This record gives sequence, C-alpha cells and structure tokens, in this order.
Amino acid sequence: MNKLMTTADVVAQLRDGMTIGFGGWGPRRKPMAIVREILRSDVKDLTVVSYGGPDVGMLCAAGKVRKLIFGFATLDAIPLEPWYRKVRESGALELMELDEGMWQWGLRAAGMRLPFLPTRCGLATDITRLNPELKTIQSPYGDGEVMLAMPALKLDVALLHVNVADHLGNTLIHGGDPYFDHLVARAADACYVSAERVEERLALTPDQARFNTFERYLVKGVVHAPCGAHPTTCAPEYGWDMSHFKRYVASAAEEGGWQAYMDEFVTPGEAAYQDKNGGIERMGKLPLPVF
Amino acid sequence: MNNNTEFTLAELMIVAASESWRGNGEVLASGLGVIPRLGASLAKLTHTPELLMTDSECYLVEEPIPVGPRGDYVPKYSGYMPFERVFECVWGGRRHAMIGPTQIDRFGQTNLSVVGDYRRPKAAILGVRGLPGNSINHINSFFVPSHNKRVFVEGEVDMVSGVGFNPARWEPGMRQDLMDIRRIVTDLCVMDFEGPDHAIRVRSLHPGVSFEEVQEKTGFPLLKAPELGETPHPTAEQLAIIRRLDPHDLRGAQIKGNPPGIRTAA
Repeated sequence: MNKLMTTADVVAQLRDGMTIGFGGWGPRRKPMAIVREILRSDVKDLTVVSYGGPDVGMLCAAGKVRKLIFGFATLDAIPLEPWYRKVRESGALELMELDEGMWQWGLRAAGMRLPFLPTRCGLATDITRLNPELKTIQSPYGDGEVMLAMPALKLDVALLHVNVADHLGNTLIHGGDPYFDHLVARAADACYVSAERVEERLALTPDQARFNTFERYLVKGVVHAPCGAHPTTCAPEYGWDMSHFKRYVASAAEEGGWQAYMDEFVTPGEAAYQDKNGGIERMGKLPLPVF
Repeated sequence: MNNNTEFTLAELMIVAASESWRGNGEVLASGLGVIPRLGASLAKLTHTPELLMTDSECYLVEEPIPVGPRGDYVPKYSGYMPFERVFECVWGGRRHAMIGPTQIDRFGQTNLSVVGDYRRPKAAILGVRGLPGNSINHINSFFVPSHNKRVFVEGEVDMVSGVGFNPARWEPGMRQDLMDIRRIVTDLCVMDFEGPDHAIRVRSLHPGVSFEEVQEKTGFPLLKAPELGETPHPTAEQLAIIRRLDPHDLRGAQIKGNPPGIRTAA
C-alpha cells in the first residue's frame, strides 16, 4: 500500500461544485501548497468549509468559492483577511456563517453519521434568522428544552497539512494545538494530507505516537510538501511569514492585484514559489508567533 | 487609592477590567486583547488567584504570562487547553471572557460579523467567531477602547452575533438562564446590566468624565447606578504588576494618544 501522490494528483480528484473542508485554524497550519494547486486549476463553484485564513481569502480572490461555511476569516496578527473581506463586501458569496463551536459540531455529526447534534449555540442570534435551514428541536425528556439541531456538515473532500506522514496514510501533528483536523477528516468521503516530512513507514515510541490524531483509513492520499503550510504557521517548525502576508494584503488594494499575485507567486509552480520566498531554508526557519 | 501616583487611561482601564473577574472562582479567565488580558492577569495575581488562565495559545498556566516578546521568560505550564477543550469549557459554562465587539446594543447583544446590510455589507469584520456560543453559555464582559455611537448603536446591532436580553429573540423552551453579562469597560466609564430588566447602567466614571458626556456618546438611554462614583485609581502595587506583565508597554498603544488617567480640562 502506497498512498503517495502529488498536489496535482489531489486536485485531479476535485470536481466543480464539491464541498471541501480545510484543516488548520486562521493563519495556522493550512494546506497552502494544495490551495495553490487549486488556484492553478479550473476547478470552480466550491463550497468551502473552513476556520478561515488565507485558504479562504485566496480561493475567494480567485473566484473559486460559490458558498462559504465558516465562523471567521483572519490572519490573526492582521485581523481582517483582505480578500475574504473584499469578496464578502461585493455580495458575491453564498454564506452559512456559524458559531465556531457549531462548525466543529456539524463536522462531528457527519463523522458519526448522525443527521444532527443538539446545541444551544446559535439560538437567539441572527445565525438562525439568516440560515433558515437551521432548525430547532425539543428535548424528548421532561425538561422539554428547545435547542438548535446542528445539521451534519458532510464533506466531499478534506484537505489537511500535517508535520509527518507515511506512505500508508499515518499522520502526526506536532503543533501544540491539533485544531480540528481529525473532525474534518472524519466528515469527508476522501481526505488528502500534505506533510512536511514523509516516511515510508512510521515506527514510533508511545510518546511519539500520541501525536497521531486520526486513523489512516480516513486518508486517501499523502503529498510530500515541505513548507507546504507557508505563508501560514506549521508549529513547531516554522511561523507565519509576515512579509508575505503584507504583500498579499497589499494585493487586495491594488488594481489587478490578484492577477499580479498569481503571476508572481502561484502560476510558476511550487518550486518557483519557494524561490520567491527565500527558499525553504528561509521559509522553514520563520520564527513562531508569540500569542 | 493613591492619588499621588501617575497612571495612564489604559492602566486605569486594566484595573477596571480586572474587577470584572473579582470573586468568579475557578473559571477560565479569557481576556482577548492587550487590556482585557492584562486585566485578567491582574485579577489572578491580586484578588482572585483561583482563576484559570492560558498562555493565549493552548496551555494552562498558574503564573500569567507577560504580553509581547518574552525575552528569557519561560512559561510554566500546568495543563493543556487546545481549542477542542475550550469548547468543552465554554459549553460547560466555566468561563468568563472579555472581548471587544464591533457593536453593542441596549440589550447587550453584540456584533463581530458585518456593519451594514448582511448580504452587501459596508464592512465585513471577522465573522461571528465564538460569540453565539460564548454568550449563551458563560459569563461575558466587553471592552470598548473608543466609546461612541458607532459602537453603542441605536436599535439592534446590525448582525446579532452574541445573545443579549432582548425578549423578542428568545422563544419558549430556550435556556436563557445560562447567559450572564457583567461589565462593559470603555475609555469613558464602566457599565453593568443591573438596571430594571437588565438595563445598562453607568457604574463608575473615569476621572474627569461626566455622565452627560457618556450619554451623548451612546446610542440609547443609560441609567445612573445609585452608587455612581469615580472609577478607582490604580494603586502603586497594581501599577507595579501591570508594568511587570507588560514590559514593552503594549498597553500604551491600545488607547488613541495614550492619554493620562486623569483628564486635564479640555
């Protein structure tokens, strides 16, 4: 069994109109090498499910997003994600805006093959007014409480970036917070991971094995993508690239800014991308942010 | 109080913010932003040591971590609190968060999503983030660095992201009793929700600020708390702790112009 493939192989699995979930959180451990491959492709009309960072912003900028299922979009140190903001303000996006907790609850329902999970989150806010497809449910027990029935967020494809993977699809996430990648993986029909390092077969100590957060049977493909989260963080290996973020933010204020960003960083391919950003020697040593 | 001590408005607001957590017991104190975080840290180091705090990433600490670059300071971790466990904490109601919403209305409803029409907004902000879940599950307080009518809006906020005390938004059978909004700390005053039917009251005014000025800069009518007085000045001990927790003076950049805590006549 060997699940090794390229970013192009992953993107070849995508179809117009698919619902795609992304791992990571904001500007942290996003599968950006795969995102760049999507930007180079003809795939369109995507429903993007993400705790949004530049994955959401870039896919919006490129006109790939029909619908966004999200709780936020941010670059953290730069609070407002520039291309999300610009495209959101143009009215071009269909939206399902959710509480952060509801988002992971919907993925959890999908992973457990349940139609919904109850929660109080979202009640008495505009979340329910703006998303009339969200229904309430009454507890069948004596309390009779009315709750929100968070529907399963079923994904066609999950895309994640991890620290280490092997050819079988085993993965390790070494950053302090593993976020919700395990739930994104469970909610999808097919999950593809990119990884900083790929080994043929992991042989770990018990302490090392605890960094595995989901099972390999969920993983359809593994891509070797060093610095594949750049310009987002990949703790504990490297931090975000603030100078790249500033260049990206500036592109949203320039006439033809997105095309210029594509021409400079994306279209020429991943090797050229690394050269443009000082090579993996620089990218892999970017300092981790202090929160 | 020590009237001989010089202090900035930011330092006065840190002390006012810290009071929000007084006596809360063993809950996670989350201050989002420099002033709320320093307020939570000050609370833990002075009047409410039983509070839990994180390193603002994913580990619990018993000694609040200074803000900004840490130099040779090494955090001492006491536990683990990744986002998945934060939701478990939130949904279990064991947290008091202080955040800075874009808009707040008379009901304590908050907005962090968009300003203007939802479909074609004037400004897209962050998105609702955790506000719906936080607001319905645990104690919340708010921080407002610039008190004005764009924040404290007339009518309802443009997109209700966090729940409030608006009866029209609640349906029979929903648990409204789990929500709890405590304080609003602004650059002019401290407010609470202890008026009739949770009406917002001005609880204390910062030195040199009048109730009339606060009312004029607020989009809805305010009440005066019967005990309305001046916001307590930082003590020398509190100032020493704040300066130790913020060695790079990040607090000085939080309020426009970094004004002194005691206003001089305009």
